[in-house]
Amino acid sequence: MTSSPSRALRRSRADGALVAALAAGAATAGSIVVLIFAFVAREAWPALRERGPLRFVTDEAWHPSDGELLLLPMVAGTLLTTLGALLLAGPLGIASGIFARFYAPARAARLYRRLVALLAGIPSVLFGLWGLVVLVPLVARLGGSGQGLLSATLVLALMILPTVAITADAALGAVPQPVLQGAAALGLGRWTIARRVAVPAARSGIATGLLLAAGRGLGETMAVLMVAGNVVQVPDGPLAPLRTVTANIALEMGYATEGHRSALFASGLALMVTVGALVVLVEWQRRRTVRA
Amino acid sequence: MARTRIVALLLLAVFAGGCGVGDAAAASGARLVLTGSSTVAPLAAEIGKRFEELNPPARVDVQTGGSSRGIADAKSGAADIGMASRALKDGEEGLTVFPLARDGVALIVHADNPVRELSRDEVTGVFTGRIQRWSELGGPDSEITVVNKAEGRATLEVFLAHFGLDNREVQADVVIGDNEQGVKTVAGNRSAIGYVSVGTAELDIALGVPIRLLPAGGVEASTENVANGTFPIARQLSLLTPGEPSGLAREFLTFAQSEEVHDLIAQQGFAPIAR
Repeated sequence: MTSSPSRALRRSRADGALVAALAAGAATAGSIVVLIFAFVAREAWPALRERGPLRFVTDEAWHPSDGELLLLPMVAGTLLTTLGALLLAGPLGIASGIFARFYAPARAARLYRRLVALLAGIPSVLFGLWGLVVLVPLVARLGGSGQGLLSATLVLALMILPTVAITADAALGAVPQPVLQGAAALGLGRWTIARRVAVPAARSGIATGLLLAAGRGLGETMAVLMVAGNVVQVPDGPLAPLRTVTANIALEMGYATEGHRSALFASGLALMVTVGALVVLVEWQRRRTVRA
Repeated sequence: MARTRIVALLLLAVFAGGCGVGDAAAASGARLVLTGSSTVAPLAAEIGKRFEELNPPARVDVQTGGSSRGIADAKSGAADIGMASRALKDGEEGLTVFPLARDGVALIVHADNPVRELSRDEVTGVFTGRIQRWSELGGPDSEITVVNKAEGRATLEVFLAHFGLDNREVQADVVIGDNEQGVKTVAGNRSAIGYVSVGTAELDIALGVPIRLLPAGGVEASTENVANGTFPIARQLSLLTPGEPSGLAREFLTFAQSEEVHDLIAQQGFAPIAR
């Protein structure tokens, strides 16, 4: 066969109709992203033009009804919770992948994967409700209101754990058998094979999973909103309350008009660009590995 | 490429659509568009449902967006009727106000909190951070967790206005969105104090949620006292039209102010206005 699959498809008339339908579907899906981006950019434009993007970092505080638009504490809140959640969920997720691939009996591994997938399917508002009713009173025993950086990070870590665990599991499963068999033939133990051979070989897949998890963490709204305390400030300790960019949008969008509304869209645009950059990074990471 | 053309067409459709929706809805005679306060919206939607049943071809479309949007939309004509849960500010005059119900805002604490009443000065002290511990108010020796509302909420404005506070002075430990979140936060924290709609709190207390409403100015916080106007921290929920309404809008407003909807008002935890 010398012709590419798509040329072969075009030769048949029935397939031609299918290709057209698929192309239309793909174009719609793709253009929705473009449209959302265009819409957010259009709504954010008044704030960016009239106030200038610098105001978001140089204003004194966030009092949108008085025209003060310091977004920095919210950005710090988003970064802190996401980083914290990655630090917790990263090692746990990778350990979970190693367990499922190298230690668990086949049947237990299957059941375990189902459970992790189930964890991924729990709606975020349920995580938030659990956090508010169960976790927050526990954290409150350490002092403060219980709503703050620690609670938000714990809930977020729990939410991104399945993403890390599933991708780490898949990446470890994709390590070629001969590599592992070779390691076993050298007389290496199970833990040494997992840690010294499999994890380094699956490094790129695991990194992709971490980046995807970071993307989810940056965008998570409801669960964090319910347990973060939402005071606009850079937290000065693990128990201090904070507000994330998404929580800020969710809290204020329903009540915002004109400049305030536009400023919220501008913060959303910044978030979209950040998540977009993460996706590009994931793609770059993947390609680099394919070449290597 | 065909694909580029499709994208361009879709882009065009969205930009054109975004501008036209509100005007088209307001222009058609059998459809009423209400926008505004998210406090009033659930009640307006229930009244709208009953109104639709009684006046078959009519459609009532309720959208939220806050009191400010309701006022702006009623003025601009983007909506037939605006919904507001606060009084009109300077520069927002020129609208006809139709009072719908009253909603009291009261302080809540955990049910185990022994403090029974706070004076005006004590409340401002707690919310500005001058009073830090419950022991200063005759309660246990624990730090007070101040629960405040997010900027833009009508409950916040009513609360601040009543106690003469500026939101910048408030030293909050937790900032919440809606009333339910406030109730859950206080129910889960023995040393928390917050404020929510009296109706919401009463419904939750009836369900066994461990919170207690604090009286204000010696008046017990109950929907009854909100209805008869004796409870001091209250706001009026109202519908707004630009000038005198006519046609379907007038029919709807008459219906919404009649006794036929009092059960719906009570269901939402508000108090009908005694006439």
